[in-house]
Amino acid sequence: MSVLIYVESNKGGFKKTAFEAVTYGRKTADALGVPCVALVLGAAENAGSLGSYGASRVLQVQDAGLENFDSQVYANVIAQAAESVGAQVVVLSQTANGKALLGRLAVRLDAGSVSGAIALPDTKGGFRVRKSVFSGKAFAEYELGTEKKVISLAGNSIPVEQLGSPVAVEALSVDVPAPKVRLVEIKRIEGDIPLPEAELVVSGGRGMKGPENWGILEDLGKALGATLACSRPVADSDWRPHHEHVGQTGGVIRPNLYIAVGISGAIQHLAGVNNSKVIVVINKDPEAPFFKAADYGVVGDLFEVVPRLTEAVKKFKAS
Amino acid sequence: MKLLVCISKAPDTTAKISFSADNKEFNSAGVQYILNPYDEWYSLVRALELVEAQGGTVTVVNVGPAENDTLIRKALAIGANDAVRIDAQPLSAMFVAKQIAAYAKEQNFDAIFCGKETIDYNGAEVGPMLAEYLDLPFLSFANHLEFDGGKAKVSRDIGDGTEVVEVEMPFVLSAAKDLAEQRIPNMMGIMKAKQKPLQVVAPVDFQDKVKVTTYELPPAKTAVKLIDPENMDELVRLLHEEAKVI
Ligand SMILES: Cc1cc2nc3c(=O)[nH]c(=O)nc-3n(C[C@H](O)[C@H](O)[C@H](O)COP(=O)(O)OP(=O)(O)OC[C@H]3O[C@@H](n4cnc5c(N)ncnc54)[C@H](O)[C@@H]3O)c2cc1C
Repeated sequence: MSVLIYVESNKGGFKKTAFEAVTYGRKTADALGVPCVALVLGAAENAGSLGSYGASRVLQVQDAGLENFDSQVYANVIAQAAESVGAQVVVLSQTANGKALLGRLAVRLDAGSVSGAIALPDTKGGFRVRKSVFSGKAFAEYELGTEKKVISLAGNSIPVEQLGSPVAVEALSVDVPAPKVRLVEIKRIEGDIPLPEAELVVSGGRGMKGPENWGILEDLGKALGATLACSRPVADSDWRPHHEHVGQTGGVIRPNLYIAVGISGAIQHLAGVNNSKVIVVINKDPEAPFFKAADYGVVGDLFEVVPRLTEAVKKFKAS
Repeated sequence: MKLLVCISKAPDTTAKISFSADNKEFNSAGVQYILNPYDEWYSLVRALELVEAQGGTVTVVNVGPAENDTLIRKALAIGANDAVRIDAQPLSAMFVAKQIAAYAKEQNFDAIFCGKETIDYNGAEVGPMLAEYLDLPFLSFANHLEFDGGKAKVSRDIGDGTEVVEVEMPFVLSAAKDLAEQRIPNMMGIMKAKQKPLQVVAPVDFQDKVKVTTYELPPAKTAVKLIDPENMDELVRLLHEEAKVI
């Protein structure tokens, strides 16, 4: 018996979401009193470092067929690894590729699954996992009665912890089926921390008046080290790229800090951001619904308030 | 070309979410239901565009009770050729995927479209589960799709960018924003939809593997703390000392 974590590597390295998954897997394994095994597919430097976050073993499969992501191939290989270590729980990260794997693995392993867990499982008298439902408007506790379970962990839900030290990487040999999906090209957004992983987010709405005014938000983002987001009409009008759109029909995020600038706070917008730990709203309309969901509010003209806030942040950082 | 589009019903985006007194069930009283936006706006419309350009049919499938027929007719009004309703009350993603897989297995669809996720349980699980049951490739979060002979070229959202891939038919995909533009059904579409075939199929046996035991609403926010717009040093101080987020 064991807990197996499939740890996504990205361009040969690991992201914070990967370490979160290992910490989550280790704590789940401890609760169940079983070992915690990390699995890495394809090339990755320093896979042994996953021991520091709690993996007692790190397995790696190297195969030309794993060079690019194909959910069918990856799910097949992860399932083989799960069999070989007798995994009763498989943990994934709730990333784009993690989401594509979760359902496949659940079917393959005949397992109960929870997509986007936000807390460690409650293992007292059963196995219950909490997740956000109704697009951020509520939470649900799922009971998994099956022998095997597959869980994907929502980003920024638990802190990364040092729970061990580096271990030697063991090569795992499995059958890798031929991929059916052929990669043509990959375009990564360079620079910023991607929104789903960002701890600090600065977001602009229609109150920004036009794309030419985004400089003040970029300055604030830079001063804070925050990633930029926007409301739907902003993305729909092509003021900002679509990947910045958050809300019910855009990205659902859970940063530590969400600063909403010139956003009214429509229910569909809130759905994507109301799991943020702290919300700051800057809006000239004191009646804007967003103030009801905010921790801190500034009633004022954003064109004056935002540059002032940027200066204050710079002063704070310099002190 | 024979396409299958999976459509689901979800509470309207403005619906107030509430639960039974014991927090064990979703309270549907007074809730307006809509077609899941990802299914209606992107998945269905792109399937229709492809069939309009290259010939073929679009079938929509829903797993649900008879009351869903009104929403299924809406999908027919938007342009789907025919519909199938698998007559059961779904309680988990795997139940839905199992039912659709059982139906689709004998039908030789060239591609099966799902939405990125439903806006109620936000699982994004039905697509990959369906693909696994049918042993087909799965392309998640497609934001662009072209067919070329027996092949498809798909651009998919990978979180920190996009990836363009090619795959042979048949396959399963899930539709994200940008795959198409929403279509509003017109009067003629609504009239025609009434005559289009809507077949009701019995479900296959399946035991759910997960169950929601309790629901909970987020704790009420304490009243907002208003900061003087002239004094942003104070906001920064609070974010650092009180909220501890910077
Ligand atoms: C099915 C459906 C799904 C949707 N999904 C989403 C979604 O995913 N995400 C999303 O964001 N929306 C979504 N919407 C749209 C949503 O209902 C709102 O229309 C949208 O969020 C409004 O965007 P906004 O707040 O930027 O613009 P507005 O509502 O126009 O608000 C602009 C705000 O800026 C303030 N303002 C203006 N000038 C200034 C100034 N100089 N200084 C300070 N403040 C100023 C105004 O007071 C106002 O509150 C959806 C709608 C539907 C029907």
